[in-house]
Amino acid sequence: MNKVTNIVIAGLGGQGVLKASDILADAAFRAGFDVKKSELHGMSQRGGSVSSDVRFGAQVWSPMVPAGEADVLVVLEETQVEINRGVLRPGGALIGPDLIGPNVLKTRKSLNVALLGALSALLEIPREHWDAAIHANLETKLHTLNDQAFALGRAAAAQRATAA
Amino acid sequence: MSESPQLSSELLSGDEAIALAALHAGVRLGTGYPGTPSTEILETFDRLGGRAQWSPNEKVALEVGLGAAFGGARTLVTMKHVGLNVAADPLFTATYTDLAGGLVLVSADDPGMASSQNEQDNRHYARAAAVPMLEPIDSQQAYDLTLLAFEISERWQIPVILRITTRVCHSKTIVRPGATPHLSPEPGFERNIPSRVMIPAYAKPAHRRLREKIAAIAVWNDAQGPNQVFDGGSELGIIATGIAAVHAREAAPHARLLTIGMTHPLPLETIRRFADGCDRLVVLEEGDPVLVEALGAAGIPAEGKPESFRFGELTVQRVRRILTHDQTPEPVPPKGKPPELCQGCSHRGVFEVLRDMNCIVAGDIGCYTLGVLPPFQAMDTCVCMGASIGVGLGLRHVLPEDQARRVVSVIGDSTFVHSGITGLAEMVYNPPATGHVVMILDNGTTAMTGQQEHPGTGRTLHHDPTGKICFEDLARAMGVQNVHVVHFQSEEGTLERLLKDLLSRSETSLVVARQPCVLAAPKIRFYEKAAADRLQAACPSQLADD
Repeated sequence: MNKVTNIVIAGLGGQGVLKASDILADAAFRAGFDVKKSELHGMSQRGGSVSSDVRFGAQVWSPMVPAGEADVLVVLEETQVEINRGVLRPGGALIGPDLIGPNVLKTRKSLNVALLGALSALLEIPREHWDAAIHANLETKLHTLNDQAFALGRAAAAQRATAA
Repeated sequence: MSESPQLSSELLSGDEAIALAALHAGVRLGTGYPGTPSTEILETFDRLGGRAQWSPNEKVALEVGLGAAFGGARTLVTMKHVGLNVAADPLFTATYTDLAGGLVLVSADDPGMASSQNEQDNRHYARAAAVPMLEPIDSQQAYDLTLLAFEISERWQIPVILRITTRVCHSKTIVRPGATPHLSPEPGFERNIPSRVMIPAYAKPAHRRLREKIAAIAVWNDAQGPNQVFDGGSELGIIATGIAAVHAREAAPHARLLTIGMTHPLPLETIRRFADGCDRLVVLEEGDPVLVEALGAAGIPAEGKPESFRFGELTVQRVRRILTHDQTPEPVPPKGKPPELCQGCSHRGVFEVLRDMNCIVAGDIGCYTLGVLPPFQAMDTCVCMGASIGVGLGLRHVLPEDQARRVVSVIGDSTFVHSGITGLAEMVYNPPATGHVVMILDNGTTAMTGQQEHPGTGRTLHHDPTGKICFEDLARAMGVQNVHVVHFQSEEGTLERLLKDLLSRSETSLVVARQPCVLAAPKIRFYEKAAADRLQAACPSQLADD
């Protein structure tokens, strides 16, 4: 509990990177952790590269994940994997968009939540806090779709872990 | 965040925390002009039920705020760092006056220029204008120091600047709001001519009063200011402000750390005592070496940072480098994909025409500044809000005729209201020999900062209908010779033909290129329908008669 967990979520503007980090930060907050989340708004939203840092633990100081100290890097867009890889610590985990096949989701717009599902398999945040955070951060009409995406991502991560 | 104030803890951005504190502080009016990273403060204040307004620009926002404070109301005025340049004129004399209600001015600085044209350090304004300045390190302090800023403002009847930076504005951290919301007294006017009318006879004693106020606040800051010492070994002492304080705590958890919450006037005796207990003293501050120089002037020697750290944000890694005197070149982060004009954005067509016509384009601040990047590369200057018109005119005045005739000023709708109208007056008053062409790219919103309303949209910050400025009527009334509106449904080649014609005349021209922002269009339709529905509900017969 003393160790700070560092997550970086990256992608392109419009993919839901910031929404995903909002949900992650909210879930960690609901689980009772100290949480900090940081990103830059503005120009980056015009289709450019976007990334967001979420850190949680007993006590977090800086809101930014230092380069080379991320435990997990979640990337929503294949082209953004290499430019963000440097944030990972040695042995850190990469969750890329290839985890979820092209026609698996009803809409690719829920890829952000699907990859959170995969991330959830690696973190000590109880499932009920994830569910609550997803519902609190998305419109009601999107709940079912995203609940399914989350479950699918979680299962995909479990499957990959078994295969490996 | 929740829609109503509640006193359980919440995960809030710095901007949201300031808005919540403003609500709890009993703020009666919030004014400002949108600008990253400050925009969300007034939007959140409005969403929480506060009364918030976008002004045409920051100068007007501060003047409205000042009037409200003279009237006895607690007032919040928000802007980005460069906005304070625009509002500097009222600021430098507002400090001479005695306020009745508290006035807190939020200056959101952008070290690293995530979304700005410069990385000026607005701590200089605190000293230059003699304004107390508070600097939070996270959202909790953003909340606490906003409340404190109102108390200081009212106690000494002086405006207070709350200086925040991009990382504080846009980082979310946990906030535990305070217990009792402030009940501010009803506004009412009390005449106090010598303290509010700054003619020399009254301003001379007012300046002396201001310096006495700052001296008294310095004493208070030493005695009970929002400054905090984290204990640690005496080998290394760190004095830090703003976000640098949390980086410092992480990079050097065993060092003694003094965080200074009120950075003007400084708590020099507190700092001196802290310095005496440290073998090595390092000042960590983003931007210019303001604090370290002030300590030097006060006879408190401290290490600053090497010049290379003046540029960009500080991070935990950069703080480690400063502390260990690491002079090796910093790693250059890989370049991401740059932003671009949206697919379907109406600005695209305009910049294709300007590029193909080889125009010399004096540009301005907004989404359309992206017209400088490939595939357009159709912008030749961009300096500050409204500069497109003056710069375009200056170029026209001095360039040889064949070049002068290619100069076009390009400005957005919100930017035009902010600082373009005086440029138009200049064009009418001092027309270049070749005339000039100004284009307003009117996409019906302040798109860059997230689609805020402005006086040209005819809707308030809350998206309710209000008075609307018509650019073409305004230009005609001011005496611009040719005024045209081009819609993007217009036939292919319309804009090109029109520009060719206007550039060949030696007359003053304004072209309004009008098409709603693709991102804002659905919302604009929604607001318009809501307004029409309300009107019909209120007065069905009148609509039927039309």
